[in-house]
Amino acid sequence: MITEPTSKYLSNTVQSIQPSGIRRFFDLASSMENVISLGVGEPDFVTPWNVIEASYHSLEQGYTAYTANAGLFELRKEISRYMKRRFGVTYNAEDEMVVTVGASQAIDIALRAVLNPGEEVIVVEPSFVSYAPTVTLAGGVPVPVNTYSEDDFKLQPEQIEAAITDKTKVLMLCSPNNPTGTVLSKGDLERIAEVVEKHDLLVISDEIYAELTYDEPYTSFPAVKNMRDRTILISGFSKAFAMTGWRLGFACGPKAILQAMLKIHQYTMMCAPTMAQHAALEALVNGQRDVVKMKESYRQRRSLVIHALEEMGLSCHVPGGAFYVFPSIEKTGLSSEEFAEQLLMKEQVAVVPGSVFGESGEGHVRCSYATSVQKLEEAMRRIDRFLQTL
Amino acid sequence: MNSTERELLQLIEKNGRLETGTIAKLMGITEDETKQILVKLEKEKVILGYSAIIDWTKGTEDGAVTAMIDVKVTPKRGVGFDKVAERIYRFPEVKAVYLMSGVYDLSVSIEGKTMAEVGRFVSEKLSTIDSVISTTTHFILKKYKHDGLVFSDNDEDKRIVVSP
Repeated sequence: MITEPTSKYLSNTVQSIQPSGIRRFFDLASSMENVISLGVGEPDFVTPWNVIEASYHSLEQGYTAYTANAGLFELRKEISRYMKRRFGVTYNAEDEMVVTVGASQAIDIALRAVLNPGEEVIVVEPSFVSYAPTVTLAGGVPVPVNTYSEDDFKLQPEQIEAAITDKTKVLMLCSPNNPTGTVLSKGDLERIAEVVEKHDLLVISDEIYAELTYDEPYTSFPAVKNMRDRTILISGFSKAFAMTGWRLGFACGPKAILQAMLKIHQYTMMCAPTMAQHAALEALVNGQRDVVKMKESYRQRRSLVIHALEEMGLSCHVPGGAFYVFPSIEKTGLSSEEFAEQLLMKEQVAVVPGSVFGESGEGHVRCSYATSVQKLEEAMRRIDRFLQTL
Repeated sequence: MNSTERELLQLIEKNGRLETGTIAKLMGITEDETKQILVKLEKEKVILGYSAIIDWTKGTEDGAVTAMIDVKVTPKRGVGFDKVAERIYRFPEVKAVYLMSGVYDLSVSIEGKTMAEVGRFVSEKLSTIDSVISTTTHFILKKYKHDGLVFSDNDEDKRIVVSP
């Protein structure tokens, strides 16, 4: 807690939020040399050149002004086509969509648009570090529901039921999941949908990693029967098109909710960056080939890392998507934070302790395999050597 | 060619020095299977060889000169362009020969120590071949990209060390 005199000006809500546990590791790892980082939550590819070039061109043409609040209409039309083509869900580009500053902003305005003070949001953990704080900032109460390695970190419908109170309004889903890489199958989603319908919940489905699945065809939550009109779909360009720094995402959903989100967006953000929107348009029109290529490369590296962890005797479910593995380090007897810190100090390999993603992440570490094969092999050798010293 | 073979070829086309152990793990097959596929593809001449892409302008005084020559020829009855092409590609200084569509027929790539050496080859060897009607020689001044590799690429990791 901050105790400087000026802290009296801070809101109670902000003071109640802890800084992300990832921050400490960032500071620690940044201060060291010769670090191989498996702690990076973004692609190792640079944005495909045609996308960068399209953005250059838009700047040369003088497209430097605001766009419509909801985003370039051309881009929204392409998003609409893309969602239909890739995931089989239909959204009207006119009033069921908003282009945002990353998927993160989309999550923020979605929560702010639907939550009244004290209403509860079920957050499936281990989860992306922003969900719970964003719920709190929107005046809601995050209610964690744990998932476990025995279930390959798949959300069990009974656990949702157990967490439901008369204040529960929203279920936040993330498949493929960060940090576990777990993908919920069509069957899994259908079972979750039954609970959602029974308890009249709204779902915020973060599908930012949807393009990066390796084993089964992907099912988007709003594509499940009766779910479209109770789902706010969140996606973006960061992961699939290697565009994290462009900060461009979008949300789709039923008109009344999207228009409410647009109201917040227009007053607090105006619009997403214009040059990034032009880039995204090119990504959707001509980028699918690059997506396939990058995905193939992640799939190969997933195989490499899973194999290496197996050889070291670290148990790990095979994650169906994203670019993370989430092995158990329980047999070392160390907490995930101790493990990550000692590994960094002794062998200069950065991984993220599972505990930063919620209580049920304890006993695991997140390793991103979005890094070169050469570095991955060296990192695996170092982790193996580290395990021998324990 | 099946999809496993294609995947392996794509991997070694990008990096011919990948160890078979690594290839096996990346593809989720055994090392023995990897070796068998490699032997098979080498035998079938799908894999013709393994080479390195070198920037000869670095750390060497004896640079090389490369020229690309557009060659117009009269095709021979029965064998078309193939016989003429063979006459040309048998010379060791010829690095590549392609049959082209468009205003000329063969594109010939030649490497020599000096411009004079390349010039001698064109005037004494290439243009004196029976079927060759004309040649236009273009010297390469600078290589920016070759076989998919950029010569002055800055490929350092620009990402922050740890991110959510």
